[in-house]
Amino acid sequence: MSDMRLENATVVKHEPVRGGYRLLVLKCRAIADATKPGQFVHMRIPSQEVLVLRRPFSIFKVHEDTISVLYKKVGRGTAAMDALKAGDNISLLGPLGKGFPVGGPELFPILVAGGYGIAALYLLAKQFPARGIIFVGGKTADDILCTEDFTALGWSVRVATEDGSIGERGLVTELLTRWMDKESAGASIELYACGPDGMLRAVSNLARGCGLRAWLSMDKHMGCGVGACLACVCRIRYDGGQVRMGRVCKDGPVFECRQIAWDNEITTKT
Amino acid sequence: MKSRPKLEVAIGNIRMKNPVTVASGTFGYGPEYADVVDLNRLGAIVVKGISLEPWEGNQTPRMVEVAGGLVNAIGLQNPGVGGFVKEYMPFLRKYDVPVIVNIWGRTIEEYADVAAGFEDVDGIAGLELNISCPNIKAGGIAFGTDAGMAKRVITAVRKATSLTLIPKLSPNVPDISVFARIAEDCGADAVSLINSMPAMVIDTETRRPVLANLTGGLTGPAIHSVAVKLVWQAAKAVKIPVIGMGGITSAREAIEFILAGATAVAVGTANFTDPGVTMSVIEGIEAYLVRHGFSSVKDIIGAVELPPVDRAGGASKVKVRRTGRKGCS
Repeated sequence: MSDMRLENATVVKHEPVRGGYRLLVLKCRAIADATKPGQFVHMRIPSQEVLVLRRPFSIFKVHEDTISVLYKKVGRGTAAMDALKAGDNISLLGPLGKGFPVGGPELFPILVAGGYGIAALYLLAKQFPARGIIFVGGKTADDILCTEDFTALGWSVRVATEDGSIGERGLVTELLTRWMDKESAGASIELYACGPDGMLRAVSNLARGCGLRAWLSMDKHMGCGVGACLACVCRIRYDGGQVRMGRVCKDGPVFECRQIAWDNEITTKT
Repeated sequence: MKSRPKLEVAIGNIRMKNPVTVASGTFGYGPEYADVVDLNRLGAIVVKGISLEPWEGNQTPRMVEVAGGLVNAIGLQNPGVGGFVKEYMPFLRKYDVPVIVNIWGRTIEEYADVAAGFEDVDGIAGLELNISCPNIKAGGIAFGTDAGMAKRVITAVRKATSLTLIPKLSPNVPDISVFARIAEDCGADAVSLINSMPAMVIDTETRRPVLANLTGGLTGPAIHSVAVKLVWQAAKAVKIPVIGMGGITSAREAIEFILAGATAVAVGTANFTDPGVTMSVIEGIEAYLVRHGFSSVKDIIGAVELPPVDRAGGASKVKVRRTGRKGCS
C-alpha cells in the first residue's frame, strides 16, 4: 500500500511566473501531508469530454495544506488548465511514484534542472540535510525559473542558457562538467536531476564517467499514473542485472542512472 | 419502504454481486488501484492479458490521447502465467471478488497451454480469451477476425479449461453475430465485446506515426456508440450472456449496454480519467433501477424498446429513402 489518495483539490492561486510558465497552488491536505521529494500528482483536466487522460505534474512546493505545480502551456491539456481560477475544484491522484532518496549530511548534493524540471527538485533541496549547488539550464532566460527559492534555502545557484541571455552560454551539463573538472575535488558528490531526456543522459554519462551516483527523474507520457496501463515504460535494469520494461510512473519516476538502459544501448544489444 | 433493487448477475459459473467489472488492461492486476477503489465492491476484476511466458510488449510511445479517447499499442506486456500467479494471486485472494484472467497466445497450442496453466490455480473464476488485440503481429486479432481460426482456438481452450470461458470479440468484423455464435457453439460461457478499434495517429510536424507500433487500438467515449450497436447485435444472436464494454464513463453508458442486451459491463479507459468511476457506475445503475421501478437489473437486460416496424419483421422491411447521391442516405 502506498500513500496514494484521490482528492478533490481547490485552486488557491493560479498565476504567471515568467515566459509562459504558470504556478498553480492547490489545497489538498491529504496529498500535501503525504508528499515526499520527487513525487508527482496526476491531475484531472477540465473539459473531460475530449480529454480522457490525466496529466502528471511534479509536486513543486508543499506549504501547510497546499501543494503547487509549475507548468507551461504546451498542449491541449495544459491549454485547458488555463481557465482554472481560485475556488475551482479539480481532482488529484497522488502523491505518486518513487521520488528522490534524501541523502545524508556527509554528501555534497548537486542538483541539475532543465526548464520546469526544477519543480521536481525543490522539496529535495529543502529536505536535504546538506546544502550544495543547483545547476539550472534552459533555452533562454525565460526558462530559468524560481532560482531565488533555492537561494533562499541556502543553495548556490549556477545558470546556463543556450542563447546566453542569462548565466553562461551553453548547455547546463557543459557548465556542470566544467565545474566537476575544476572545483569538485574531494567532495562526496551525489547528483539529482530532472529535465529533458538529453540532459538526463548527459548527467548519466558524467556520473558514470566519474564513478558517482546520479538520481534521474524521468519524464514520459503517462496513461494511468499508477502502474496499471504500462504506457510509460522504459528499459530498467533490476537487481541481478535483468533488464525489463519498468514503469516510470510507479517504479520511478526517479531511477539511479545505472538502472536505466538507454535506447542506443538497446540497439547494440544482440 | 421498498427493498433495494437486486444487482446480482451470473456469467457462466461466476456470481457477480453487481454487473460492473473492469476492462482488461485498464486496471492492471488489481493492486494498482486498491488504494482508491474498494475492490470488494466490484462485480469482478478482469486482469491484464497473460501469456505463457513473460512478454516485453511494444516499444514506446505506446499511448496517445485523441478526441474522446486514446489510441494504445502496449503490446500485451505481462509477467507470464507463472509470474502473474506468484506476484499477484496472493494479493487477489485476499479479496472477495471473482478474478477473471485475460489470456492470449501466439498459437492455438499456446492459448490452450495458458488456459491449462490456470486450471488448478486457487482463486481464479474465469478466463477471458483475447482473440482481438490489434497490437501484436502473431496471435491476437488474427484469431478473432477469421471464423475458422476463432472456432479452432475457442474449441482448444474449451477443452483445456473447466473455468468460465469468455472469448473477447473484435469489432473489426463484418458481422459480429457470426463470431458470437461461433463462441457459443464452441462451448463458451459468455462473450465480451468490444475490444479496441484499429486506429492510427500521425504527428503532422514530424510526419511520422505517433505510436512506435505505427497503429494501435482506439478506446474511450469515442467508440461507445459503436460498441452499443455491436453488443445489441451479438446479444440477439446468442443465448449465452454478453459483457458489454467500450467508452463507459458513467452509469448511463453502462445502462445502454444492458438495455442493448449485456448482462454485465466493463469500465475501461475511464479508470484512467477517474479511478473511482466503477463505484459511481454501480451506484448509478442502482439509482436508475429505483427511479424506473425495477426490482432487479435482470429486468432491463435487453429491454431496449424497438419501434413496431422492427418487431414486425426487422429492419429489412424499412424503406430506405435514397438521396440519389453516392453513399448512404
